Amino acid sequence: MTAGLLFASVGVILFALGVAGVLLLEHLLRRILAFNIMGSGTFLVLVGLAQRNGIADPVPQAMVLTGIVVAVAATALALALARRLYVLTGKLELSQDDEA
Amino acid sequence: MKRLLVVLGAVCLIVLLLGAMHDLAPASVELHAAVAANLTASGVEHPVTAVLLNFRGYDTLLEIAVLLLALIVILAIGREEASNAEATVDVRLLVSPVLQTLAKLATPLMIMVAFYLLWAGSFRPGGAFQAGAVLAAAAVLLHLAELLPSWQSPGARLRLGLAGGFLIFLAVGAGSLMQGALLEYPLEQAGALILLIESGLTISLGLILAGLFLLLSRDDGETS
Repeated sequence: MTAGLLFASVGVILFALGVAGVLLLEHLLRRILAFNIMGSGTFLVLVGLAQRNGIADPVPQAMVLTGIVVAVAATALALALARRLYVLTGKLELSQDDEA
Repeated sequence: MKRLLVVLGAVCLIVLLLGAMHDLAPASVELHAAVAANLTASGVEHPVTAVLLNFRGYDTLLEIAVLLLALIVILAIGREEASNAEATVDVRLLVSPVLQTLAKLATPLMIMVAFYLLWAGSFRPGGAFQAGAVLAAAAVLLHLAELLPSWQSPGARLRLGLAGGFLIFLAVGAGSLMQGALLEYPLEQAGALILLIESGLTISLGLILAGLFLLLSRDDGETS
């Protein structure tokens, strides 16, 4: 197993952890963090798989760099929305009833 | 029950994906070879910067647009009403003079590092994103040391700074569209154009990333 494949495997595990976190955690802040872990896993898979033959590939690296910055913006937006929800409802959880 | 199902599903996902990755055939397209072959035509010497700002420049153009959009949405969400002030607890630490002095010492260094990273991006790891992140970190550090107030509502100059990087990038893109294809730079001006775009991006990225923090913290700033 090359180093690139190892990175990608860790990325897969992080992604699955993130998916489980998004599904299981109720608190919105934790959910946002879990979503970020999913994103980090995806980035690791992208970069790791691209260099699994030992040669670094600049194209996925540049795309991941773009992705990281977009993920930061998305996280900030999610935090702002979560804060707005807290101001409006006093809760940091999404309501469970579907008809609402 | 739900917890067990989700954990089982996640484990299945891991096994499936790991198995799929293990059987993956070697890449049919050697992208790094294509990048290396065209590096001399890109105007920069570092492959990642060449991909970011030349070969796939439209990705970066859209990225800064997305960042700007996120900031605009945060501005549009608006601020919290004062009626909810009792619900928020001031959790900030007491700012010590050590932190303030350290922040004052670190900020000029961070600005210098940001400009170095911007300049180094053309021939080694670095570039507009890293430089912008360092600039934003300097602003956040100053804010946490209570040397920089949080932003209430961006004025005309700040708005220009926030949108400037995107506008410069868009102008260069429109100019190159008239010459031929979108973001296809002429060979002899490619280096200068990339540096121009990256400089604009650095300032705007720094301001946007700092703004994401400083605009969100504006409600806490008033209580003290």
